[in-house]
Amino acid sequence: MTQLPASTEKKLGLVIDLDTCVGCHACVISCKEWNTGSYGAPLSDTDAYGANPVGTFLNRVHSFEAKAEGCNAQTVHFPKSCLHCEDAPCVTVCPTGASYKRSEDGIVLVNEDQCMGCGLCAWACPYGARELDAMAGVMKKCTLCVDRIYNENIPEEDRVPSCVRTCPAGARHFGDFADPESNVSKLTAARGGMDLMPELGTNPVNKYLPPRPKADVNGSQSPALAAQATEITGFLGWLDRTLEKI
Amino acid sequence: MHPAPSVIIFSTISGLGFGLMLFMGLGLPNVQGWVAAVFATTALGLAVIGLLASTFHLGNPKNAIYAFSQWRSSWLSREGIMSVLTLGTFFIYAALWAFLDIRIPMLGYLAAGMAMITVFTTSMIYAQLKTIPRWHSATTPLLFLLYAATGGALLSGQMTAALLLLGFVTAIQALAWLQGDSALARSGSSIETATGLGDFGKVRLLEKPHSGSNYLLKEMVYVVGRKHAAKLRVIALSCVALLPAALILLTEMNHIIAAIVVLLHLVGLFAQRWLFFAEAEHVVGFYYDAR
Repeated sequence: MTQLPASTEKKLGLVIDLDTCVGCHACVISCKEWNTGSYGAPLSDTDAYGANPVGTFLNRVHSFEAKAEGCNAQTVHFPKSCLHCEDAPCVTVCPTGASYKRSEDGIVLVNEDQCMGCGLCAWACPYGARELDAMAGVMKKCTLCVDRIYNENIPEEDRVPSCVRTCPAGARHFGDFADPESNVSKLTAARGGMDLMPELGTNPVNKYLPPRPKADVNGSQSPALAAQATEITGFLGWLDRTLEKI
Repeated sequence: MHPAPSVIIFSTISGLGFGLMLFMGLGLPNVQGWVAAVFATTALGLAVIGLLASTFHLGNPKNAIYAFSQWRSSWLSREGIMSVLTLGTFFIYAALWAFLDIRIPMLGYLAAGMAMITVFTTSMIYAQLKTIPRWHSATTPLLFLLYAATGGALLSGQMTAALLLLGFVTAIQALAWLQGDSALARSGSSIETATGLGDFGKVRLLEKPHSGSNYLLKEMVYVVGRKHAAKLRVIALSCVALLPAALILLTEMNHIIAAIVVLLHLVGLFAQRWLFFAEAEHVVGFYYDAR
């Protein structure tokens, strides 16, 4: 059913820490590796070793630069996957019933046995979280590794999404946002977790933690450097003053 | 947005077919027997060809049958259902009219109304999308309905109605372009809201997530050919409305001129619909610093 559930028991999702992410793309590769071999059709590549490689990915890392007037620029690495929105527009537009949001945990999934590959859900998603697979002709998206998180055949520490398990920087966190005491709820509250494009009313479950303020972002130098730059003492100071006079 | 030929053909040709059903539903043109059959076959043929064309852009058409199931939430599903119901209703109405010479006005009005509802559901597939501010406007359903009705008037030879509708089409199309050009800027979405980094200053893309292309860029960040948009708008509006209106007003109408008018209108319609897709900017472009 492509009607959204009024509420979900759990709200499983990710917290992505833009301060910690180093832009290594390990989550991109580990996501592709896990998801090409499990839930649904494989994530195909075309011309993988040729001049124009194109492939299906469920998670991608963009790199942005933010710069305020008179301040130093900062680089922000920006992982992007499905945000498992509470008001997911990709679900309601689906004509076949293939797209759905689970009432038990809020995960947004595609039933590939019903998907006709019209692509309308990808048009409805503001975040570019859905990609139509060129080989299978069905819509692919992040499953929040639904086949890992409840999987009792793998060690307990592996029962988190593949991107979370692999992140060497610890920039991705998985948990239940419906529980105010969960790790993700606490992180969101402590660090001012934010929604992407809130003006579109999608109510994303996944939250992004903004970068922490940088000491030198305002263009000022650290105290040690600043002192040295303005006032030179000792032999170098004498040399500096003498050379000025010549 | 990528202007896929199958979707352009679908929305233009099926619109013409449903537009002709509108006028035939109202009992126009006033013909009997095989002439009525030719008109009805044209209407049904155009609608069916258009609907078949729409299946060519499906990645997995074997599951298309499920598209009739989600009418509660999906405009695309509603469109599928309304198309089939309208084709059925119009077929019964037209068959009685053409073969038994029994024209049931109430059934005609019903078919006419259903044809317009079908065109409306088509337009809402596009107008509902908040992610494409240019489409997310009342002008989208208005234009689809007006284009369908205008095409129907021209095909059924109702030149007075056609002139009136051509005037409306010109005005609403000009308004849609004018509004559309600032729709993305007015939407409130930007690279800053997309990344949430607005508090840190002006945001730009430093490095793309992938060196090659992907589905998102090919499907939703289609920018090829936009540089000719201004010229194409002149061509589209001239062919779809201005030249047909001039021919209707200034010449003695006969079958050859009527055919020229319809062909001009069709060429303009293709250009208009190509622009409708090619000029539409999807907010996902913000993540690629592209519009």
